[in-house]
Amino acid sequence: MTHIAKPRVRHPGLATNRLGLTRRDYEGGMSTLCAGCGHDSITAAIVQAFWEMDIEPHKVVKTSGIGCSGKTPAYFLKEAHGFNAVHGRMPSITTGAHAANRELVCIGVSGDGDSLSIGMGQFAHVVRRNVDMLYVLENNGVYGLTKGQFSASADRGSKAKRGQVSREHPIDPVLLALSLGAGFVARSFSGDKEQLVPILKAGLRHRGFALVDVISPCVTFNDHHGSTKSYEYTRDHVNALVHADFVPPAEEIETTYEAGDARTVVMHDGSRIQFRKVPADYDPRDRDRVYAYVRERQRAGEVATGLLHLEPPGRPGSETDFHGIHGTADAPLAHCSFEELCPGATTLEEIQRAFR
Amino acid sequence: MNAASAQRAAPRVNDMAFKIGTVNGTGSASANGLLRRAIFRMGVPVSGKNLFPSNIQGLPTWYEIRANARGHTARTAQFDLVVAMNPATYARDIAETASGGWVLHDSSWPLPRGLGREDVAFLGIPLARMTVENFQGARTRILMKNICYVGAMAALLNIDLDLVKELLRETFAAKPKLLDANFLAIDLGADYARQRFDCPLPTHLERMDGNEDSILVDGNTAAALGCVYAGATVAAWYPITPSTSLVDAFTAFCHQHRKDPDTGKNNFAIVQAEDELAAAGMVVGAAWTGARAFTSTSGAGLSLMSEFIGLAYYAEIPSVFFDVQRVGPSTGMPTRTQQADIQFAAYASHGDTKHVVLFPSDPRECFDFAVEAFDLADRFQTPVFVLSDLDIGMNDWVVPKLAWDDAYRPDRGKVLSAAELEGAGTFHRYLDVDGDGVPNRTLPGVHPNGAFVTRGSGHDRYGAYTEDSEPYSDVMDRLRRKIDGTARHLPAPEVAWAEEPSGEGRNPDGDGSGRRVEIAPDGSGGDPAGSPSNKQVRIGLVTVGGCRGAALEALEELERLGVAADFLRIRAFPFHPSVEAFLQGHERNFVVEQNRDGQLLNLLATETSAPKESLIPVRYYGGLPMSRHHVMEGLAPYLQARTAAAAATTQTVPAQTPAVPSEERNP
Repeated sequence: MTHIAKPRVRHPGLATNRLGLTRRDYEGGMSTLCAGCGHDSITAAIVQAFWEMDIEPHKVVKTSGIGCSGKTPAYFLKEAHGFNAVHGRMPSITTGAHAANRELVCIGVSGDGDSLSIGMGQFAHVVRRNVDMLYVLENNGVYGLTKGQFSASADRGSKAKRGQVSREHPIDPVLLALSLGAGFVARSFSGDKEQLVPILKAGLRHRGFALVDVISPCVTFNDHHGSTKSYEYTRDHVNALVHADFVPPAEEIETTYEAGDARTVVMHDGSRIQFRKVPADYDPRDRDRVYAYVRERQRAGEVATGLLHLEPPGRPGSETDFHGIHGTADAPLAHCSFEELCPGATTLEEIQRAFR
Repeated sequence: MNAASAQRAAPRVNDMAFKIGTVNGTGSASANGLLRRAIFRMGVPVSGKNLFPSNIQGLPTWYEIRANARGHTARTAQFDLVVAMNPATYARDIAETASGGWVLHDSSWPLPRGLGREDVAFLGIPLARMTVENFQGARTRILMKNICYVGAMAALLNIDLDLVKELLRETFAAKPKLLDANFLAIDLGADYARQRFDCPLPTHLERMDGNEDSILVDGNTAAALGCVYAGATVAAWYPITPSTSLVDAFTAFCHQHRKDPDTGKNNFAIVQAEDELAAAGMVVGAAWTGARAFTSTSGAGLSLMSEFIGLAYYAEIPSVFFDVQRVGPSTGMPTRTQQADIQFAAYASHGDTKHVVLFPSDPRECFDFAVEAFDLADRFQTPVFVLSDLDIGMNDWVVPKLAWDDAYRPDRGKVLSAAELEGAGTFHRYLDVDGDGVPNRTLPGVHPNGAFVTRGSGHDRYGAYTEDSEPYSDVMDRLRRKIDGTARHLPAPEVAWAEEPSGEGRNPDGDGSGRRVEIAPDGSGGDPAGSPSNKQVRIGLVTVGGCRGAALEALEELERLGVAADFLRIRAFPFHPSVEAFLQGHERNFVVEQNRDGQLLNLLATETSAPKESLIPVRYYGGLPMSRHHVMEGLAPYLQARTAAAAATTQTVPAQTPAVPSEERNP
């Protein structure tokens, strides 16, 4: 079993959102992931974000591929249709769903193996097509279900649990998305709900493709000495993360970060990751400078987190999202009446004049 | 040598084939289309087969046109007239000319030595010289050379020049300058032919009224129209010959007929995917969300799609896959035709899967089956394949006009509405509520009670994940019942019974004239089993898809030879019950198909109880459309044995010929 149904208990004292729903109404089945898995924290942040955004759960489509991340849509929004697709193919399923019904809110959950190895083609093209979706990449550097092989995001020199050393260059989804033209690129950390929830909310609100790469260490297969994704390594090397506090619309996204501030996040095992704030000359709208900045921090051994890049929306009519590109009607295609779609017998006669 | 000096075969009217050999990229396609369409407008049934290379410019290409008053327009291997415009293929083209036929060539330069054939007449026309003298610019001269040979052919074959000019007028209505040039080229060719040769040739064309209610169309265009009429709104695809023109046509029709009249916005979305995996995923995602969605591909693409095909089968998502087959395996011969995906489509993807497959035989059926495919997919919540091929998909066929009933409404199957879900309690996606193997389905965004997680992993009848034996097997068993249960709802085979040699026709619809009568293709009528002696005397000729024309022509030849052959054309898989009955009614079923391994035969052997030894392969898989002689070659061993047996038994029983003991023969 990958999920266990939770009893539906409504406590009279629970806070409700504008739809009159409690946070519990946005939950799903019980998780069967390892105790302490970062993915479960992300699930909780997703629940929180949807609840705070007052989104009707059944108007959401939640999709995933294969792997630990692929299981998670079962753990949130039980009143939403979910699609646990095949490995690396979540983007195409989501593209089809969004094409058919543009009114649905799409959230896709993927992993580093799902997005950067088997599904990198689909990842690249869903960015390029600018499908209106929130793409959450739960990034732990390993394949968990097959017991600890390196993924494409594993750092060079990182050591696997059984001793092998990763010798290939890692693929960074943030740099990839930036170079592919994504209009919303964020990185966060599963342990920092305070940062993650506003980013998810902003991603849900963004029109077009929104990537949130969430570092989510694997407590079972990638937490040993020699791994660059272990807590020990993180404590020693990735101790300074940058938070870019540019999240529209401003009033909806709350943050406690102050400019020039720095803070330390205590993770579930007691390890710490330091986050730093937005540098004074940082412009999240400038794709090239964002790219350069992320690379610069990487060279310094840091992982920059936050809403790193956000492209300002285009003028009305010049939308570059999927349906803007396709010039699709405002009403969902799946709702078109047959009378609207079928040209009829008389037109068929006319069409066939060209066949004589 | 001139036309008069060759030994002439008996002159024939409205029964001929000709072939034009050119270089690809020289604009000959429009010239050839002109000939084909002019013949069509003369009322003569006609087909055009484009044999083209996988190349953009510079390689040999051929165009074959067959005109036949009786509607026999399958490919033929012998050509009454060959237009040899490509020196690189002179030898081959001249060799394919029928004895007593003609070769039209460009006499601006002498023909190379050693190409002559005593039994063929050479008609030289200085096309290059004429176009250089009359036209300016290299490209124009190349194009006008083609139009020149059209003019000459029109004169030689008695193709109505007014019709040719009418077609040109329609094409160049907005470009009068081009029209003048084309008219001049037509006249140059026609005048030259008339002055130098006896026009028309003894084998030529005459106006008739064979095409009153027909159209000339290719299968991909017709299939695309079917998608428009069925209400498909999402297409996702990856370019691949020979299926690309299907989506191209769909795109064009959508832009003409699917724009919102008020906003000008599109009531469709056509996505050119990054590969066939993604194309299939988008189709599945869109169909899952409630749109009618399809993809169009060929064998190589279907290989990539098979991952999602298995998911769509197991998660029960309606989806339509057009496979315009080409020659495999691997890249194979991308611009040649074959029926080599039959077995693959029937069971595509890993695990226990079986699919609904429709086999159109011509563009008309591509239209009809496209609409039917969407209904079947929705009704049975499963992938449906429409298997045409390059010959059907890309070549123009004369078929009855496409018909549309405005009363048609799509069968969207068991989709629960918000009202039905309201107060309905927990929804169970895979519960066989009606006992027909087809569960209820819900769409995203409709009602909170309809929510569930669709998954390709093990699930039970309630839609929940499972790794337990019984709940897993329970769903798999229902899926088998569901798919097997489709057989009676799919297009039934086309059947035609031979008249009894004795005259006591088994066919209830027979008109007693000895003429072959086709039964309406609902699979009913006639007693397929017949008597035990009938089983041995009569043979079954079984075929599928685009082989129909060649098989029907072969049937006529068999009739002339006194062989009673019953005809069965498979139109869908899983097989209609009448298929098994037909096969069991014949001791010998010759299975005519276009692949090396007898894929239809194998499927018949696996999926019916017909004895394998009753299925005899007749295969051609060289990549060109099948013709009558391929069928007859396949039947040759049987026919020879039959003749030998007849000779051996003439002393005791006259006039009967089958290779079976005399006491079992039909009197």
